[in-house]
Amino acid sequence: MNQDVRRTKRHQKYVVGRVDEFPESGRMIVDLGGREIGIFRIKNRFYAVLNRCPHLGGPLVKGQLVNAVTSTGPGNLTLDNSKDLITCPWHNWEFDIKTGQSFWNPAHLKARPFSVGVEAGSEVAEQIEAGAVGLIKGPYKAETIEVAVESDYIVLFTVPQAPGLVQNDATALHPCGSPSAATNKMEEVIS
Amino acid sequence: MTTALLAKTERRQFWTGSVIDCDVHANVPTIETLFNYLDPVWVEGTKERGWHGPTGPRLSYPPGAATTARDEWRPARQMPASQLSLLQKDILDPWQVDRAVLNCYYGIDSLRHPDWAPALASAVNDWIIAEWLDKDPRLAASLVIPARDPIAAAAEIDRVGSHPGFVQVMLPVRSERLYGQRIFYPIFEAATRNDLVVGLQWGGTSEDAPSPTGYASWYAEEYAAETQMYLAQLTSMVFEGTFQKFPTLRVAVMEGGFTWVPMWGWSMNKKWKGLRRETPWVDRLPMDIIRDHVRFSVAPADLGPREHSQRIIDWLGSDDLLMFATDYPHRHDDRIDELLDLVPETMRSKLMSETARAWYKL
Repeated sequence: MNQDVRRTKRHQKYVVGRVDEFPESGRMIVDLGGREIGIFRIKNRFYAVLNRCPHLGGPLVKGQLVNAVTSTGPGNLTLDNSKDLITCPWHNWEFDIKTGQSFWNPAHLKARPFSVGVEAGSEVAEQIEAGAVGLIKGPYKAETIEVAVESDYIVLFTVPQAPGLVQNDATALHPCGSPSAATNKMEEVIS
Repeated sequence: MTTALLAKTERRQFWTGSVIDCDVHANVPTIETLFNYLDPVWVEGTKERGWHGPTGPRLSYPPGAATTARDEWRPARQMPASQLSLLQKDILDPWQVDRAVLNCYYGIDSLRHPDWAPALASAVNDWIIAEWLDKDPRLAASLVIPARDPIAAAAEIDRVGSHPGFVQVMLPVRSERLYGQRIFYPIFEAATRNDLVVGLQWGGTSEDAPSPTGYASWYAEEYAAETQMYLAQLTSMVFEGTFQKFPTLRVAVMEGGFTWVPMWGWSMNKKWKGLRRETPWVDRLPMDIIRDHVRFSVAPADLGPREHSQRIIDWLGSDDLLMFATDYPHRHDDRIDELLDLVPETMRSKLMSETARAWYKL
């Protein structure tokens, strides 16, 4: 077990990256002590889910992001864009990105969601100082991150957070939380 | 289905409960039989042409084939199952049936004439009422339709569907299009409006090859592969959402067997789980829809070795799917006493009568 893993294991909260470096509709996979977790930005909100399909263990995070299609009967198709689903690349089973709930078997099958939020740089800097948050070794080499107080950061929780407690809106703190041009490389990370 | 009955065994020696035979046949002996029920214009047309009636029955049931009728059920100088007295002697009396559902496959579908086909269907239905239903209260029947014309078919269903003897609309399993397609809605609308079961029956006419792909060379080949037609029709109805569109629709499969159902159900379920977005109206597992909406006659049963057959029955996942039938006068060499021995105790009375009684509201 290497140094990074041991360090990350201590915390229940990790800094994933800067909000303004994470493109809309982008996704990234972070490695949390051997567990791969996918972080998604969908319509300016962040979501996270374990990169493991509860069906047969497929790399769920690499699937397609789609909206729910609902119907009242044959020939009636409605796209419900309030429901974002991730489909497993192996068998195309759909899971609600927010709750992990399986679309066809909601009672018995669930992908593992994680709480993910947005916090101000000043707050994050204080928590790092106090040793309350970890930095994830990820595509950004986040352990070398220099927390800038004027930026917002994406934070990932390893334990479930009470509903409403976590602010996951990218633009809630700074309306300018929209991604900058410099973040195009994110797409490469994922594809 | 045959039984020890053929060896002069009383049916009560192996089953003392009630019996409903959900599939016995009536054959139209000759086109002349229908003249009393046919508009004179078609009677004259028949004579003028020297027409002998639709070709369908002889294609689906070659008269000399061993499977078309048991030897015991072939009367001298008469077509098998062409008289009520034959049915009474061979099935209704020895089986001591509560009820039997009469099916007449006359191949109306093999007639492409837009007016003659509906007229012929009406004649067959009126013949069934007069010569069969009115003469033996044990009988219920399927009404026949010009299946390739859904509007005309619906009109015929509405014309005779309220007759208390009719409990089912016969839909030949071969067709030019799959029955789940919306063009067939009028048939299902009329069937549900009249509270009738829709019975998929062996026979029918496809616009192209009679199998889902290509022509069979031999009758044995065609007969052995018929299962795939039932499977194709039911799969179409499941994915097209026929059972969501018509939530009260009840379907019966006759002469289609049932041993294929569990594996086909698994396959549909698997495909649905990953591909269901295309057909979001299919709101639950396809096999659950089948269990809710479809029943299967056990003639033929096509049983294999005992332990394997038992497993298949277990895999059906319900005691309610199978209905006893002799499929008189067709020959299947499955034994009902063996089948009864295979199924759980809880299933026996359902299999022999209660499922059919509930399905057909007898």
